[in-house]
Amino acid sequence: MGELLTICLEFFKTGLFALGGGLATLPFLSQMQQTYGWFSAEELANMIAVGESTPGPIGVNMATYVGYSASGVAGALTATLSLVLPSLIVVCLIAGVLDKFQKNRYVENAFSVIRPAVTGLIAVAGLTVVKIALFVDGQVAFAALDWKAVALFVVLSAAVMIPKLKKLHPVVFILAGAVMGVVLGM
Amino acid sequence: MKILWELYRSFFVIGGLTFGGGYAMLPMLQRELVDNKKWVTNDDLLNYFAIGQCTPGVIAVNTATLVGYRMRKVPGAIAGTLGVISPSIIIITVIAAVLENFMDILWVQQAFAGIRVAVCALILSSVVKLCKSNIKHKWQLIPAVGALALSLLGASPVIVVALCIVGSLFLGRKVKSHG
Repeated sequence: MGELLTICLEFFKTGLFALGGGLATLPFLSQMQQTYGWFSAEELANMIAVGESTPGPIGVNMATYVGYSASGVAGALTATLSLVLPSLIVVCLIAGVLDKFQKNRYVENAFSVIRPAVTGLIAVAGLTVVKIALFVDGQVAFAALDWKAVALFVVLSAAVMIPKLKKLHPVVFILAGAVMGVVLGM
Repeated sequence: MKILWELYRSFFVIGGLTFGGGYAMLPMLQRELVDNKKWVTNDDLLNYFAIGQCTPGVIAVNTATLVGYRMRKVPGAIAGTLGVISPSIIIITVIAAVLENFMDILWVQQAFAGIRVAVCALILSSVVKLCKSNIKHKWQLIPAVGALALSLLGASPVIVVALCIVGSLFLGRKVKSHG
Protein backbone atom coordinates (compact mmCIF):
# COMPACT_ATOMS: atom_id res chain seq x y z
CA MET A 1 0.00 0.00 0.00
CA GLY A 2 2.85 2.37 0.87
CA GLU A 3 4.43 1.65 -2.47
CA LEU A 4 1.24 2.51 -4.35
CA LEU A 5 1.12 5.83 -2.52
CA THR A 6 4.72 6.55 -3.57
CA ILE A 7 3.86 5.66 -7.18
CA CYS A 8 0.82 7.91 -7.00
CA LEU A 9 2.82 10.90 -5.68
CA GLU A 10 5.71 10.42 -8.11
CA PHE A 11 3.45 10.24 -11.15
CA PHE A 12 1.24 13.10 -10.03
CA LYS A 13 4.43 15.17 -9.82
CA THR A 14 5.48 13.92 -13.26
CA GLY A 15 2.10 14.80 -14.75
CA LEU A 16 2.26 18.26 -13.26
CA PHE A 17 5.83 19.14 -14.22
CA ALA A 18 6.38 17.20 -17.46
CA LEU A 19 5.85 20.04 -19.88
CA GLY A 20 6.51 19.97 -23.59
CA GLY A 21 5.10 16.59 -24.57
CA GLY A 22 6.64 13.46 -26.08
CA LEU A 23 9.69 12.40 -24.15
CA ALA A 24 9.16 15.08 -21.46
CA THR A 25 8.32 12.40 -18.88
CA LEU A 26 11.64 10.62 -19.50
CA PRO A 27 13.76 12.75 -17.12
CA PHE A 28 11.26 11.98 -14.34
CA LEU A 29 11.32 8.24 -15.05
CA SER A 30 15.10 8.30 -15.12
CA GLN A 31 15.10 9.95 -11.71
CA MET A 32 12.64 7.34 -10.35
CA GLN A 33 14.95 4.62 -11.62
CA GLN A 34 17.85 6.08 -9.64
CA THR A 35 15.80 6.78 -6.51
CA TYR A 36 13.60 3.71 -6.04
CA GLY A 37 15.21 0.83 -7.94
CA TRP A 38 11.80 -0.33 -9.20
CA PHE A 39 13.51 -1.19 -12.48
CA SER A 40 17.02 -1.15 -13.95
CA ALA A 41 18.46 1.29 -16.49
CA GLU A 42 18.24 -1.54 -19.08
CA GLU A 43 14.55 -1.91 -18.34
CA LEU A 44 14.05 1.84 -18.72
CA ALA A 45 15.51 1.62 -22.23
CA ASN A 46 13.27 -1.39 -22.98
CA MET A 47 10.27 0.62 -21.78
CA ILE A 48 11.07 3.47 -24.16
CA ALA A 49 11.26 0.95 -27.00
CA VAL A 50 7.96 -0.73 -26.04
CA GLY A 51 6.33 2.67 -25.48
CA GLU A 52 7.37 3.89 -28.92
CA SER A 53 6.32 0.75 -30.76
CA THR A 54 2.87 0.15 -29.25
CA PRO A 55 -0.33 2.17 -29.76
CA GLY A 56 -1.08 5.09 -27.46
CA PRO A 57 0.81 8.19 -26.31
CA ILE A 58 4.39 7.30 -25.35
CA GLY A 59 4.16 9.20 -22.03
CA VAL A 60 1.14 7.14 -20.97
CA ASN A 61 2.68 3.89 -22.19
CA MET A 62 5.88 4.42 -20.24
CA ALA A 63 3.95 5.35 -17.07
CA THR A 64 1.92 2.14 -17.30
CA TYR A 65 5.11 0.12 -17.80
CA VAL A 66 6.94 1.73 -14.89
CA GLY A 67 3.90 1.25 -12.64
CA TYR A 68 3.68 -2.41 -13.64
CA SER A 69 7.39 -2.98 -12.95
CA ALA A 70 7.08 -1.35 -9.55
CA SER A 71 3.89 -2.98 -8.33
CA GLY A 72 2.08 -5.16 -10.89
CA VAL A 73 -1.35 -4.37 -12.33
CA ALA A 74 -2.32 -2.16 -9.36
CA GLY A 75 0.88 -0.19 -9.90
CA ALA A 76 0.18 0.18 -13.64
CA LEU A 77 -3.29 1.57 -12.93
CA THR A 78 -2.07 3.86 -10.15
CA ALA A 79 0.81 5.28 -12.22
CA THR A 80 -1.29 5.98 -15.29
CA LEU A 81 -4.23 7.53 -13.44
CA SER A 82 -1.90 9.67 -11.31
CA LEU A 83 -0.06 10.87 -14.42
CA VAL A 84 -3.25 12.20 -16.05
CA LEU A 85 -4.87 13.59 -12.91
CA PRO A 86 -2.96 16.94 -12.99
CA SER A 87 -3.86 17.38 -16.69
CA LEU A 88 -7.49 16.75 -15.88
CA ILE A 89 -7.49 19.27 -13.03
CA VAL A 90 -5.54 21.98 -14.87
CA VAL A 91 -7.50 21.64 -18.10
CA CYS A 92 -10.85 21.83 -16.29
CA LEU A 93 -9.64 24.88 -14.35
CA ILE A 94 -8.47 26.82 -17.38
CA ALA A 95 -11.15 25.61 -19.83
CA GLY A 96 -13.19 28.77 -19.32
CA VAL A 97 -10.31 31.08 -20.19
CA LEU A 98 -8.58 28.95 -22.81
CA ASP A 99 -7.86 31.56 -25.43
CA LYS A 100 -6.60 34.05 -22.89
CA PHE A 101 -4.44 31.40 -21.25
CA GLN A 102 -2.69 30.40 -24.43
CA LYS A 103 -1.89 33.98 -25.42
CA ASN A 104 -1.06 35.14 -21.90
CA ARG A 105 2.30 36.89 -21.71
CA TYR A 106 3.44 35.01 -18.61
CA VAL A 107 2.45 31.62 -20.01
CA GLU A 108 4.27 32.31 -23.29
CA ASN A 109 7.34 33.61 -21.50
CA ALA A 110 7.40 30.62 -19.15
CA PHE A 111 7.31 28.23 -22.09
CA SER A 112 10.01 30.12 -23.94
CA VAL A 113 12.29 29.23 -21.00
CA ILE A 114 10.86 25.77 -20.23
CA ARG A 115 11.07 24.38 -23.78
CA PRO A 116 14.85 24.78 -24.18
CA ALA A 117 15.35 23.53 -20.60
CA VAL A 118 13.29 20.39 -21.27
CA THR A 119 15.53 19.76 -24.28
CA GLY A 120 18.52 19.75 -21.92
CA LEU A 121 16.72 17.45 -19.44
CA ILE A 122 15.83 14.95 -22.15
CA ALA A 123 19.42 14.96 -23.41
CA VAL A 124 20.69 14.04 -19.92
CA ALA A 125 18.02 11.33 -19.52
CA GLY A 126 19.14 10.02 -22.91
CA LEU A 127 22.67 9.66 -21.55
CA THR A 128 21.35 7.13 -18.99
CA VAL A 129 20.28 4.98 -21.90
CA VAL A 130 23.55 5.56 -23.81
CA LYS A 131 25.48 4.42 -20.75
CA ILE A 132 23.80 1.02 -20.59
CA ALA A 133 23.41 0.53 -24.35
CA LEU A 134 26.94 1.35 -25.52
CA PHE A 135 29.11 0.34 -22.55
CA VAL A 136 29.66 -3.12 -21.06
CA ASP A 137 27.91 -3.27 -17.66
CA GLY A 138 27.26 0.48 -17.81
CA GLN A 139 30.94 1.26 -17.00
CA VAL A 140 31.69 4.58 -18.66
CA ALA A 141 35.28 4.05 -19.83
CA PHE A 142 36.96 3.68 -23.19
CA ALA A 143 37.97 0.10 -22.40
CA ALA A 144 34.35 -0.77 -21.59
CA LEU A 145 32.94 0.42 -24.93
CA ASP A 146 30.89 -2.27 -26.60
CA TRP A 147 32.16 -1.90 -30.18
CA LYS A 148 29.33 -3.86 -31.80
CA ALA A 149 26.86 -1.51 -30.10
CA VAL A 150 28.85 1.58 -31.08
CA ALA A 151 28.97 0.49 -34.73
CA LEU A 152 25.22 -0.19 -34.72
CA PHE A 153 24.61 3.17 -33.03
CA VAL A 154 26.59 5.05 -35.69
CA VAL A 155 24.72 3.29 -38.50
CA LEU A 156 21.25 3.76 -36.94
CA SER A 157 21.91 7.39 -35.95
CA ALA A 158 23.04 8.16 -39.50
CA ALA A 159 19.90 6.41 -40.82
CA VAL A 160 17.58 8.39 -38.50
CA MET A 161 19.11 11.64 -39.75
CA ILE A 162 18.69 10.86 -43.47
CA PRO A 163 15.76 13.03 -44.66
CA LYS A 164 14.11 10.18 -46.57
CA LEU A 165 14.35 7.72 -43.69
CA LYS A 166 13.62 10.01 -40.77
CA LYS A 167 9.92 10.13 -41.63
CA LEU A 168 9.72 6.37 -41.04
CA HIS A 169 8.01 5.29 -37.85
CA PRO A 170 10.38 4.71 -34.89
CA VAL A 171 9.21 1.08 -34.76
CA VAL A 172 11.16 0.47 -38.00
CA PHE A 173 14.43 1.46 -36.32
CA ILE A 174 13.54 -0.51 -33.19
CA LEU A 175 12.92 -3.64 -35.28
CA ALA A 176 16.18 -3.05 -37.17
CA GLY A 177 17.95 -2.81 -33.80
CA ALA A 178 16.33 -6.07 -32.63
CA VAL A 179 17.36 -7.97 -35.77
CA MET A 180 20.92 -6.63 -35.65
CA GLY A 181 21.13 -7.45 -31.93
CA VAL A 182 20.41 -11.12 -32.68
CA VAL A 183 22.55 -11.22 -35.85
CA LEU A 184 25.57 -9.66 -34.10
CA GLY A 185 24.99 -11.75 -30.94
CA MET A 186 25.07 -8.67 -28.71
CA MET B 1 -24.97 9.28 -20.29
CA LYS B 2 -24.90 8.00 -23.86
CA ILE B 3 -22.65 10.84 -25.00
CA LEU B 4 -20.17 10.07 -22.19
CA TRP B 5 -19.95 6.47 -23.39
CA GLU B 6 -19.44 7.71 -26.95
CA LEU B 7 -16.68 10.07 -25.82
CA TYR B 8 -15.00 7.19 -24.01
CA ARG B 9 -15.33 4.91 -27.03
CA SER B 10 -14.07 7.49 -29.55
CA PHE B 11 -11.00 8.28 -27.50
CA PHE B 12 -10.43 4.59 -26.83
CA VAL B 13 -10.26 4.06 -30.60
CA ILE B 14 -7.94 7.05 -31.02
CA GLY B 15 -5.65 5.87 -28.21
CA GLY B 16 -5.64 2.30 -29.50
CA LEU B 17 -4.84 3.14 -33.10
CA THR B 18 -2.23 5.87 -32.76
CA PHE B 19 1.41 4.98 -32.57
CA GLY B 20 3.74 7.43 -30.86
CA GLY B 21 1.34 10.11 -29.66
CA GLY B 22 1.99 13.81 -30.21
CA TYR B 23 1.61 14.95 -33.79
CA ALA B 24 1.13 11.37 -34.96
CA MET B 25 -2.22 11.58 -33.21
CA LEU B 26 -3.53 14.58 -35.11
CA PRO B 27 -4.77 12.79 -38.27
CA MET B 28 -6.61 10.23 -36.12
CA LEU B 29 -8.22 12.99 -34.04
CA GLN B 30 -9.29 14.79 -37.20
CA ARG B 31 -10.86 11.71 -38.71
CA GLU B 32 -12.73 10.63 -35.60
CA LEU B 33 -13.74 13.96 -34.02
CA VAL B 34 -14.10 16.27 -37.03
CA ASP B 35 -15.13 13.96 -39.89
CA ASN B 36 -16.96 11.09 -38.17
CA LYS B 37 -18.51 12.59 -35.06
CA LYS B 38 -18.56 16.25 -36.09
CA TRP B 39 -18.07 17.19 -32.43
CA VAL B 40 -15.51 19.90 -33.16
CA THR B 41 -14.32 21.84 -36.20
CA ASN B 42 -10.83 21.40 -37.56
CA ASP B 43 -9.87 24.89 -36.32
CA ASP B 44 -11.11 24.06 -32.82
CA LEU B 45 -9.10 20.87 -32.84
CA LEU B 46 -5.86 22.59 -33.91
CA ASN B 47 -6.47 25.17 -31.21
CA TYR B 48 -7.01 22.47 -28.54
CA PHE B 49 -3.89 20.75 -29.75
CA ALA B 50 -1.89 23.96 -29.35
CA ILE B 51 -3.28 24.49 -25.84
CA GLY B 52 -2.52 20.84 -25.02
CA GLN B 53 1.14 21.68 -25.57
CA CYS B 54 1.22 24.44 -22.97
CA THR B 55 -0.64 22.65 -20.18
CA PRO B 56 1.08 20.06 -17.98
CA GLY B 57 1.22 16.44 -19.01
CA VAL B 58 0.91 14.35 -22.15
CA ILE B 59 -0.34 16.36 -25.17
CA ALA B 60 -2.66 13.65 -26.47
CA VAL B 61 -4.27 13.29 -23.05
CA ASN B 62 -4.71 17.06 -22.71
CA THR B 63 -6.44 17.20 -26.08
CA ALA B 64 -8.81 14.39 -25.04
CA THR B 65 -9.54 16.17 -21.77
CA LEU B 66 -10.25 19.46 -23.54
CA VAL B 67 -12.56 17.97 -26.16
CA GLY B 68 -14.39 16.02 -23.45
CA TYR B 69 -14.73 19.14 -21.33
CA ARG B 70 -16.13 21.14 -24.23
CA MET B 71 -18.71 18.41 -24.86
CA ARG B 72 -19.91 17.63 -21.34
CA LYS B 73 -17.90 19.63 -18.75
CA VAL B 74 -16.06 17.65 -16.04
CA PRO B 75 -17.79 14.26 -16.66
CA GLY B 76 -16.94 14.63 -20.35
CA ALA B 77 -13.33 15.49 -19.55
CA ILE B 78 -13.07 12.37 -17.37
CA ALA B 79 -14.68 10.15 -20.04
CA GLY B 80 -12.34 11.42 -22.79
CA THR B 81 -9.25 11.10 -20.60
CA LEU B 82 -10.08 7.56 -19.44
CA GLY B 83 -10.84 6.58 -23.04
CA VAL B 84 -7.48 7.70 -24.40
CA ILE B 85 -5.46 5.96 -21.66
CA SER B 86 -7.39 2.67 -21.50
CA PRO B 87 -5.77 0.98 -24.53
CA SER B 88 -2.28 1.81 -23.20
CA ILE B 89 -3.09 0.33 -19.80
CA ILE B 90 -4.35 -2.91 -21.35
CA ILE B 91 -1.71 -3.31 -24.07
CA ILE B 92 1.32 -2.33 -21.96
CA THR B 93 0.27 -4.45 -18.98
CA VAL B 94 -0.06 -7.51 -21.23
CA ILE B 95 3.30 -6.83 -22.94
CA ALA B 96 5.08 -6.19 -19.64
CA ALA B 97 3.67 -9.44 -18.19
CA VAL B 98 4.63 -11.43 -21.30
CA LEU B 99 8.13 -9.93 -21.57
CA GLU B 100 8.86 -10.80 -17.94
CA ASN B 101 8.62 -14.46 -18.91
CA PHE B 102 10.71 -14.22 -22.08
CA MET B 103 13.61 -12.17 -20.80
CA ASP B 104 15.76 -15.19 -19.85
CA ILE B 105 15.86 -16.43 -23.46
CA LEU B 106 19.25 -15.59 -25.00
CA TRP B 107 18.04 -14.26 -28.35
CA VAL B 108 15.41 -12.09 -26.68
CA GLN B 109 18.18 -10.55 -24.57
CA GLN B 110 20.27 -10.01 -27.71
CA ALA B 111 17.34 -8.45 -29.52
CA PHE B 112 16.77 -6.04 -26.64
CA ALA B 113 20.50 -5.17 -26.52
CA GLY B 114 20.10 -4.11 -30.16
CA ILE B 115 16.82 -2.34 -29.42
CA ARG B 116 18.46 -0.28 -26.67
CA VAL B 117 21.02 0.95 -29.20
CA ALA B 118 18.16 1.88 -31.55
CA VAL B 119 16.52 3.79 -28.67
CA CYS B 120 19.76 5.80 -28.25
CA ALA B 121 19.64 6.75 -31.92
CA LEU B 122 15.95 7.73 -31.65
CA ILE B 123 16.57 9.86 -28.56
CA LEU B 124 19.49 11.54 -30.32
CA SER B 125 17.25 12.39 -33.26
CA SER B 126 14.52 13.66 -30.88
CA VAL B 127 17.02 15.90 -29.10
CA VAL B 128 18.26 17.30 -32.43
CA LYS B 129 14.66 18.00 -33.48
CA LEU B 130 13.86 19.58 -30.08
CA CYS B 131 16.95 21.80 -30.31
CA LYS B 132 15.77 23.07 -33.68
CA SER B 133 12.20 23.77 -32.56
CA ASN B 134 12.84 24.89 -28.97
CA ILE B 135 16.00 26.97 -29.20
CA LYS B 136 15.20 29.84 -31.51
CA HIS B 137 16.98 32.70 -29.75
CA LYS B 138 20.60 32.77 -28.58
CA TRP B 139 19.54 33.50 -24.99
CA GLN B 140 17.54 30.23 -24.94
CA LEU B 141 20.86 28.41 -24.87
CA ILE B 142 21.10 29.56 -21.24
CA PRO B 143 18.11 27.51 -19.96
CA ALA B 144 19.08 24.62 -22.27
CA VAL B 145 22.69 24.40 -21.07
CA GLY B 146 21.70 25.34 -17.52
CA ALA B 147 19.13 22.53 -17.33
CA LEU B 148 21.66 20.13 -18.82
CA ALA B 149 24.28 21.07 -16.21
CA LEU B 150 21.87 21.03 -13.25
CA SER B 151 20.49 17.67 -14.32
CA LEU B 152 24.01 16.21 -14.70
CA LEU B 153 24.70 17.44 -11.17
CA GLY B 154 21.67 15.47 -10.00
CA ALA B 155 19.02 18.21 -9.69
CA SER B 156 15.47 16.94 -9.99
CA PRO B 157 13.53 17.91 -13.14
CA VAL B 158 10.88 19.46 -10.88
CA ILE B 159 13.47 21.93 -9.55
CA VAL B 160 14.64 22.75 -13.07
CA VAL B 161 11.12 23.42 -14.36
CA ALA B 162 10.29 25.48 -11.25
CA LEU B 163 13.46 27.56 -11.76
CA CYS B 164 12.43 28.15 -15.39
CA ILE B 165 9.02 29.43 -14.34
CA VAL B 166 10.56 31.77 -11.76
CA GLY B 167 13.22 32.88 -14.23
CA SER B 168 10.63 33.65 -16.90
CA LEU B 169 9.09 36.29 -14.63
CA PHE B 170 12.26 38.34 -15.14
CA LEU B 171 11.86 38.40 -18.90
CA GLY B 172 11.03 42.01 -19.57
CA ARG B 173 8.89 41.76 -22.64
CA LYS B 174 6.78 39.19 -24.35
CA VAL B 175 8.84 36.56 -26.14
CA LYS B 176 7.54 34.77 -29.19
CA SER B 177 9.31 31.47 -29.03
CA HIS B 178 7.02 28.96 -30.60
CA GLY B 179 4.93 28.47 -33.68
